[in-house]
Amino acid sequence: MDEVSKDSSEYLINRGDNQYEVVIGLEVHAQVTSNSKLFSSSSTKFGSEPNTQVSLVDAAFPGMLPVINEYCVKQAIKTGIGLNAQINKRSVFDRKNYFYADLPQGYQISQFKDPIVGEGKVILDMPNGQKEVGIERLHLEQDAGKSIHDLDPQNTFVDLNRSGVALMEIVSKPDLRSPDEVSAYIKKLRSIMRYLGTCDGNMQEGSLRADVNVSVRPIKSKEYGTRCEIKNVNSIKFMQMAIEYEANRQVDLIEDGKSIDQETRLFDTKKNETRSMRSKEDAHDYRYFPDPDLLPLEVTDEFINNIKSNIPELPDDKKKRFIDEFNLSAYEATILVSDIEIAKYFEEVVAKMGKNRDIKLAVNWITGELFALLNSKNIEISQSPISAKNLAILINLIKNGTISGKIAKTVFELMIDGDKDPQKIVEEKGLKQQSDPKALEALIDKIINDNRDKAVEYKQGKEKLFGFFVGQAMKASGGKANPQLINELLKKKL
Amino acid sequence: MTDITSLSLTSLVDKVKKKELSSEEITKSFIERSEKSKKLNTYITDNFENALNKAKQFDEKPNLDLKLPGIPIAVKDLFCTKDVKTTAGSKILNNFIPPYESTVTQNMWNEGAILLGKLNCDEFAMGSSNETSFFGNVQNPIDENLVPGGSSGGSASALAAHLTPITIGTDTGGSIRQPASFTGTVGLKPTYGSCSRYGIVAFASSLDQAGPMSQNVKDCALLHEIISSYDSKDSTSIDFKRNEYSKELNNNIKGKKIGIPKEYRVDGMPEEIEELWKKGIEYVKDCGAEIIDISLPHTNYALPTYYIVAPAEASSNLARYDGVKYGFRADGINLIDMYEKTRSEGFGSEVQRRIMIGTYVLSSGYYDAYYLKAQKVRKLIKSDFDEAYKNVDAILTPSTPSSAFKIGEKTNDPISMYLNDIFTVPVNLAGLPGISIPAGHDKKGYPLGLQLIGKAFDEQNLLNIAYAMEEKIGFENKISDWWMK
Repeated sequence: MDEVSKDSSEYLINRGDNQYEVVIGLEVHAQVTSNSKLFSSSSTKFGSEPNTQVSLVDAAFPGMLPVINEYCVKQAIKTGIGLNAQINKRSVFDRKNYFYADLPQGYQISQFKDPIVGEGKVILDMPNGQKEVGIERLHLEQDAGKSIHDLDPQNTFVDLNRSGVALMEIVSKPDLRSPDEVSAYIKKLRSIMRYLGTCDGNMQEGSLRADVNVSVRPIKSKEYGTRCEIKNVNSIKFMQMAIEYEANRQVDLIEDGKSIDQETRLFDTKKNETRSMRSKEDAHDYRYFPDPDLLPLEVTDEFINNIKSNIPELPDDKKKRFIDEFNLSAYEATILVSDIEIAKYFEEVVAKMGKNRDIKLAVNWITGELFALLNSKNIEISQSPISAKNLAILINLIKNGTISGKIAKTVFELMIDGDKDPQKIVEEKGLKQQSDPKALEALIDKIINDNRDKAVEYKQGKEKLFGFFVGQAMKASGGKANPQLINELLKKKL
Repeated sequence: MTDITSLSLTSLVDKVKKKELSSEEITKSFIERSEKSKKLNTYITDNFENALNKAKQFDEKPNLDLKLPGIPIAVKDLFCTKDVKTTAGSKILNNFIPPYESTVTQNMWNEGAILLGKLNCDEFAMGSSNETSFFGNVQNPIDENLVPGGSSGGSASALAAHLTPITIGTDTGGSIRQPASFTGTVGLKPTYGSCSRYGIVAFASSLDQAGPMSQNVKDCALLHEIISSYDSKDSTSIDFKRNEYSKELNNNIKGKKIGIPKEYRVDGMPEEIEELWKKGIEYVKDCGAEIIDISLPHTNYALPTYYIVAPAEASSNLARYDGVKYGFRADGINLIDMYEKTRSEGFGSEVQRRIMIGTYVLSSGYYDAYYLKAQKVRKLIKSDFDEAYKNVDAILTPSTPSSAFKIGEKTNDPISMYLNDIFTVPVNLAGLPGISIPAGHDKKGYPLGLQLIGKAFDEQNLLNIAYAMEEKIGFENKISDWWMK
C-alpha cells in the first residue's frame, strides 16, 4: 500500500546554502455542466453567436429577479461528495459588488460566508507515493460576460453569453508544494468531475480556470510567507511556468533582503513572467452582503442522500478494483482510471474479450499502440478511430494464436481507416498465422536443404546461426509463421 | 361626465357588468379629466390612445366575467409595462421601454383592466414628497403647492383627483401609506411576499412591496385579490392561500383585539395627530373591538435601521444603471469616466445620497457596525411584533406624524423628510401588512390617516377592521378641483 503523506515533494529552490519550499493553494473555477444558467433559463451552449444566449435576467434588466437552478445545486453537491467534503444543508448567496462592462448587474451572485460545500480532500498519485490535498470549500457563483478589446481600436465589445453561467469555485488548502503536484491536483479534480459529469474540464473552452496562490518559505519553517495571487491561468503548463517564475522571484527578493508585497499578479505567457496587477491597498472592496432577492438555500438530508445514492464509481475506487479484479499494477491502474473515457474504453475492451481474456495484453495495447495513435492524431480516446470492440477482437486474435504480435501491428494500422473488423482484415489479406506443423516442417526442410553448409556449422557448435534459420523461416512464410512452432521444429530438425 | 370619474371602482365594475356603462365611456371620461389636470403633473407617460383603442376592443366583445372589465387604470411608473416607457422617475431610465410586463400589472390586465398611463413618483421610489422625481414635483389635489407625499405621490394624487378609479403603488418604507394619508385615500402595503416583485424596478429588495391605493376599503380589497399571487419568477414570493378579499369582506369585528403601542407617541408629535389617534381608538371601540395597550420596545431604532438596510440594498440594486446596456449614457474618455458621468448626470441628488450611504455601510470595516447591526435590530423589531401578536389581532397607529406639507418645505432637510416615515418603516422591516385609511382632517382641512398593522398574511382581518372603521369614520375628501379653475 502506498503511503499517504502531506509533504512528499522534493521540489525545493536552492540559493547557495539556503533552501526554500514553495507553498501553493489553488482557486479552481469549474463551469457546472448544465443546460441552463445558474439563475436563468438561458442556454449555456459554448461557441454560440455573441449575445444569443442572454435572458433579461442575465442582462440585468430593471425588475428582473434571479431564480436558482436546482440542477446546478445538485451538481455542486455531487461534486462535494466526490471531494469527500462536508455538504452544508444551509448556504447563502451573497452579492459581490463591482463595476465592469461585462458584469451587467454590477454585482456577481456568489457565496461568501456560507458556501454549499465545506472541507474535503483529494488524493494525488505522485511518483513517490500518494499525497492528500485538503479542500477548503466549494461554492456556487455566476460567471461574468466577456469583454472583447481587440475587435475595434476605439470600442470594447461585450458578449453576455457566458453571463450568469454557473461556476463552482473550489478552493484548496495551501497543501501543494510543487508545479508537478499542481498539475496532478488539477488533473485529479478534472478527473473526478468528469466521472461525476459535473464539469467537462475543458480548459480551452474556459470550463476550467484557476487562480494560483504562491508563497515561499525557508525549508523547515512552520510559518507561511507572504503570498501572491496569479490570476486566471488557463492551462496546466502555464500554471506550472507561472509558479516556477513566481517562486523564484519571491526567493530572489528574500535573498536580496527585500520583502514580498501581497498582491495580485498576471502571468504573461509570451514573456514567461508574472507582473503586478494590483497591490493589497488597491484591492477591491466588494461589499459582500446576502442577496435579498434570494432566500438562503436549504437542502434536506433526503435531497443529499438521493444524490449520494447516484454517485458513480470514482477514480480512487475504480483504481482499487482494477488492481484487485484484473491484477494490474498501481501504475497501470492509475493511468487507466485517470480519465473516465479511458476507463470506459478499457472496461469495454475487457468485456468484449470474453472468457479467454488477456488483461495484460489489453493494457499494453491500450497504453502502447492506441495511446501512440491518439497522440499522433492529437485526439481524445472518445474520438478513437478504433473501437473498443474491434481492439478486443484484435487482442483475442493474438491471444489464440491466429496472428502474431508483429502481424497484429500491421492489422492495427489497417483498422484505423473506418474502424475495420480485424478478423476480416486477417482473412482478406491472408495474414493468418501458419500453425500447421506439417506445412511448416516442409518449409523448414527446404531451408535446411538450401543452407546445408550453415546447418553443418550450427551442428558443430555455432549456435548463433539458430537465429539465422528462424529469420529465414519467418521470411519464407511472409511473417505469418507461428514463431513458437518454428523454434520447436528447427530445434528438432537441426 | 364628471359623474363617471367620481364613481368608485366597485360601482364602475358594477355598471359595466349591468351594461349601464361601456369601457369606452369610462376610459374617455378619465382621459378627458386627466387632460384637464396636467397642472398636477401626475402622469410621466400617458397611454391614452392605446387605452381608448383597447376600451373599444373590449366593448366589441365584452367579457363580463372578469373582475376589472374594461376598467382603465394608471399605475406608478415603477412597474415595467411592455412596450410602454418605464422611467422610475429617473433621467437614467428616461428612454427605457421594457419588452416585458411586471407580474402585478399583468394580473390586472388578465382581469380586463386597461393601462391608462404611468404615474409620477420619487426617483427610484426614494422620497416622501414626490419632489425627487426627474419629471418634476406633483401637486396634491387637496391644496395648491402641497406635496402629495411619496414615493407613490403621482398615484395618490391621480387617485384623489379622480384621474384613475384606482391605482397601484409600491411601498418600501411607507410609499403607499404616507401619500394615501396625505391625499385622503386608502393605501395597503401587503405582507412581504404577497405580491410578486417581478418586473418592478427595485429599490430595496427585502422591503419593496406593491399594493393597491383606492378611494375606499372595498375597492382596495378587490384590487388586492387581483394583484396578489404566488410567482415562481420571484424567489421571495410566498405560496400561501390567498382569500377572495372583497367577497369575504366583513365589517363585524366584535371581540377583535386592537393593540395601541405606547412607543408611537413620539416627541414633538402634533396634538392633532394625538387627537386623531384617540378618535381612532373610539371608532374601534364603537365597532365592538377591544383596545389593549402594548409595547413595541425597539420602535425607536426602526428609522435608523431602515436608513441603513434600504440604502445598502439600493446601492447594489442601482449598480446596473451604468450606461452600458440600456438607459441614459453620458460620453466618457474611458469606461470609468463614462460610469462616473452617466451616474452623476443620470441620478438625482437624493438617489446619489442613498447610494453613498449604502456603499458606506457595506464597506469593509463598517459592515459589522452598520449593516450587520441593522440586520440584528431588524430581527428584534420583528420579534417585538411577534410578541405583541400573541395578545392582539391588529395594531392601530397614526399613519404619519403630520399632514401634508408644502412643496419645498423639507427639500433641504433630509432628516426631517426621513422622519415622515417613522410610523410606517417598522412595518416594512417586519414584513407585515399595513393599511392607511383616511380618518379626519387637521385645522387646515388637510386629510389625516390612521394606520392598521396586521399579522403576516392576515390581510383579510386587516381589511375587515379597516372596513368597519371606515363606516364609523364616514370620511369625505374635500377636493375643489382648484387646478382646473
